[in-house]
Amino acid sequence: MSGLRFAAWRVVLGLITLWLLSVIVFAAARVLPGDVGRAILGPLADARAVAALDHALGADRGALASYIEWSRGLLQGDFGVSYAYRTPVAPLVAVALGRSLRLACLILAVAVPPALAAGLTAAHFAGGRIDRLLTLGGLALTVVPEFVTAILAMLVFGIALRWLPISAEPPPGAGAGTWLRHLILPALPGAVALFGYLARTLREASLAALQSDYLRAAILKGLAWPAILVRHLLPNVLPLLLTVLAAQLSYLLGGLVVVETLFRYPGIGLLILSAGRAHDFPLLQASVLVLGAFVVAASLAADLAVRWLTPRAA
Amino acid sequence: MSGPALEIAGLSVRFGRRSILHDVSLSVAAGGATGLVGESGCGKTTLALAVLRGLPPQAEIAGRISVAGQRLDPLDRAALRRLRARQIAFVFQDPVRALNPALRIGRQLAESFRLLGQTAQEGRRESLALLARLRIAEPERLLRAYPHEISGGQAQRVGLAMAFAKRPALLVLDEPTTGLDPDATASMLDLVAGLRSERGTALLLISHDLAAVGRSCDRIGVLYAGTLVEEGPASALLARPRHPYTSALARCAPRGSARRRGPLPTIEGGLPDPAEPPPGCRFTPRCPFAKRDCRAGALPAATRLDHVVLCNHPDQAWPDPPGGLPASAPREDVVLSAEKLSVRRQGRVIAGPLSLRLRAGETLGVSGRSGSGKSSLLRSLLGLLPPAAGTLNLAGSPLAPDWRQRRRAELAAIQPVFQNPDEALNRALTVRAILLRPLRRLAGLSRAEAARRLRPILDQVRLDPALLDRHPRSLSGGQRQRVAIAHALASGPRVLLCDEPTTALDLSVQAAILNLLVELRDRDGLAILLVSHDSGVIGFLCDHEIHIGGTQ
Repeated sequence: MSGLRFAAWRVVLGLITLWLLSVIVFAAARVLPGDVGRAILGPLADARAVAALDHALGADRGALASYIEWSRGLLQGDFGVSYAYRTPVAPLVAVALGRSLRLACLILAVAVPPALAAGLTAAHFAGGRIDRLLTLGGLALTVVPEFVTAILAMLVFGIALRWLPISAEPPPGAGAGTWLRHLILPALPGAVALFGYLARTLREASLAALQSDYLRAAILKGLAWPAILVRHLLPNVLPLLLTVLAAQLSYLLGGLVVVETLFRYPGIGLLILSAGRAHDFPLLQASVLVLGAFVVAASLAADLAVRWLTPRAA
Repeated sequence: MSGPALEIAGLSVRFGRRSILHDVSLSVAAGGATGLVGESGCGKTTLALAVLRGLPPQAEIAGRISVAGQRLDPLDRAALRRLRARQIAFVFQDPVRALNPALRIGRQLAESFRLLGQTAQEGRRESLALLARLRIAEPERLLRAYPHEISGGQAQRVGLAMAFAKRPALLVLDEPTTGLDPDATASMLDLVAGLRSERGTALLLISHDLAAVGRSCDRIGVLYAGTLVEEGPASALLARPRHPYTSALARCAPRGSARRRGPLPTIEGGLPDPAEPPPGCRFTPRCPFAKRDCRAGALPAATRLDHVVLCNHPDQAWPDPPGGLPASAPREDVVLSAEKLSVRRQGRVIAGPLSLRLRAGETLGVSGRSGSGKSSLLRSLLGLLPPAAGTLNLAGSPLAPDWRQRRRAELAAIQPVFQNPDEALNRALTVRAILLRPLRRLAGLSRAEAARRLRPILDQVRLDPALLDRHPRSLSGGQRQRVAIAHALASGPRVLLCDEPTTALDLSVQAAILNLLVELRDRDGLAILLVSHDSGVIGFLCDHEIHIGGTQ
C-alpha cells in the first residue's frame, strides 16, 4: 500500500510544518515592539503597574522558557489563557474558526459551480465572444479589491434594494434560513474574487483536455456530450480544481479580514489581527497554529484526492 | 451492403485563407481497402477528420461525403452520434494519447459496447474475447490497467478493440505503423485484415509508408499539398507510378548500399504555402517536367484502366541523381570500441555482453526489436547510462563509463543525434543560440571564433544561413533534424551516435538526411553508429550490422 505510506509520510511532514510554524509565530510575536502590560493598561499607566501585570501574566519570562512551557501545555491539550481576555484560549479560537469555516463553505458553494460552468463554457467556445467576456471578466473580478465588492454589495443589496441584511451575525436563536440570509452578503466579495480566479484556471485546464486526443477519441466514438463532460473531461480537470482550492484555503479562512471587519463578523482572521495588536501571545499562537493545522490538513486531503484521481502520478 | 463504404466527391477544406484540401474525390468499396499516401502537411489527417465530420467549426467544407450510403452533411447531432457509434471507427496515430489517462482501460472499452446497447456484463465478456482475439496475453489485467501502465503496442490493440467492438462499415487508421518494427507492423496489419474480413469492414489506411500501404490495400490514392494527384489499383500504382510526385516518392525509399549505388534520389524544395498554392498543378514548383500548361488552370484527369492521374505530362522517368563522392573505403583506425559491454536499464541487464569496433569513415548499424536495448546501448556509449560491465575505449585510451568523469574533449568527440528533433532542440532558443552553445562549451571557442564557425557548419549540413535567427518550431521536420545534426557536429566530433534519426521524417526528407549522413562519413571521415528498426535504412548506410536481442 504505497498510498498509505504516502499519506503517513505527508502527515509527518505536516506535523513538522506545524512545529516550524509554531516556532516562527513564537519568535515573530516576541519581536513585536511594545509589551503586553502596556497594551492592556494603556500609554498613561505607571511603569511599575505594567511590570507587575507582565509578571502576573508570565509575559516577562525568557522566550525559550515560555516556549517550552507553552508547548508542554499544548501537548496536553491546553492552549493557555488569553492575556487580554483572561479566559482560556480554546473556546475563543473555536468560535472564531467556526464563523470562518461557515463563511468559507458558503463562498465555495457560491463560487465553485458557476466557475466550473464558466470555465467549461469558455473553453468550449475558445476564442469566441463568450470566451473573451469570461476571461476578461474573470481577470477583472480577481483584481477588484474585496472592500470594493463588499461595499458595493452592501449598498446595492443591503441598503438600496433591502433584499439582504448587512450584518453578518443573525439574531440569537435564528434558524438556518435566517443564518444563511445573513451570511450571503459577506460571502459575496470572496466568492467573486474566487470565481474570477477559478474560472480562468478551469478554462485553461478544460481547453487542454478538450484539445487532447483522448477527448477527440471520446467524441468520435459517438458518446453524448453529458457523458463526455462527466466521464472524460471532469476527471482530468478535477485535480487542478482541488489543488487550487486547497491553496486558496488559507485565504478563505484567514485572509478575509476586511470582510470580517466591514460586516462585523469576527472570524479567525480578525482574531489573529487583534491578538497581534494586543500582544496577546497565547491567543495569537493558538489561532495561527489552528489555522495552520486546517490548511495543512486540507492540502493533505487535496493531495490524496488528486493522487487518487490521477493514476499516473501514483 | 451495396454501394461504397466511403464516397468522397469534390471535397475542399479551407481554414481561412489556407486551402488544406482541394477538390478531392475518393471512394472505398464496401469491404475494400484504400490507402492514402502523402507526406506530412499534405492534408491526410484533415481528410480523415472530415470523413468523421470531426473538423473544428472554423473549417470551411465544400463537397460531399457519404459513409455506408449516408450523406454526412445533413445529419443532426443524434444521427451523427449513431453513425459514429455504429458505422465508422477511427484509430488515432498515437494510440496512448487517445486513451483517457484518468480512466481504466476496461471502462473506456466498455463504453464502446454500451453505445451499442449492451449491458456492462456483455460488454466485459466481449471486451475479453476481442482482446484475446487481438493476441493480448492477459486481457483481465489489461482491463484493470490505466493507459500509462500499458505499452504503445497494447494501446494500439485497445484502439483496434474499440474500433471492432461494433461492426463498422468503415475503419480509418491514421499512420498505424509509424515507429513499429517490421515484425510488429506485419502482425498488426494481419490482425486488422483478419477482423476486417470477418466483419466486412472497409479500410481507409492513411500512411506515409508506401510499402506498408501496398501490402494491405487494393487501391492507393496519393495526396500532395491537398490535391489527390493519383489514384489507382495498388499493384499498378506501385509497379508503374504515373505522376512525377508518386514516382519520386517511390524512388526515395532507401534500398541497396550507398557505397555501391550512390546517394538516394530526393525531391528538391518543399510543400507550397497553403495560403498561396500555385495555380494549376500544385507540384509544379518541384517538378522537373513542368511546362507552361501546368501552371495555368485546371488539369485534365487522365484515366487509363481505372488508374487516374492528375498531370499534363505523366509517365516521365526521373533523371538519375548526380553521383555522390567516389566511394571511399573505411579507414583502419578504430575510433570507438566497447569490450564485453553489458547494458543495464533500471537495475536489469537487458543486452550484452557485446563488443563493437567503430572505425573512422565507417557506419555500424544496430538493429533489434523495440525494447531490445538499442537506445540503451547508445546511451551507455554516451555515458548517460553506465553499463553493468565492460570497458569503453576512445581512440586508443580508456573512456570513463559515466559522462561526468569524461574530459571535455572526450564529450566533444562523441555526439548524439536523436529520433525526434522536436524534443531534442530547445524551443526557447534560436538556431544560432542552439549551435553557439556546443561551440563555446564543448569546443571551447571564444565568442568571435564560435560565430565564425557557424557558417561552415551550416554549409556542412546544407542549411540556409537565413534560418539562424528562427526558432525550431518555425522550421520543417527535415530542417529541424539538420539543426540537430549541426548541433552534434559543432563540437568537432569523431563519432556520431544516431538513434532512429529519420523515423519521424517523411520519405523524401529521410532520403536527404541519409544522403547527408553518407556525405559526413565519406567526406569528413566521421564514424557513425546508427540505431534503426528499418532494414532498408541500415542496408543503405551501414558497413556492418549488429543485431541486439536474445543471445548476443
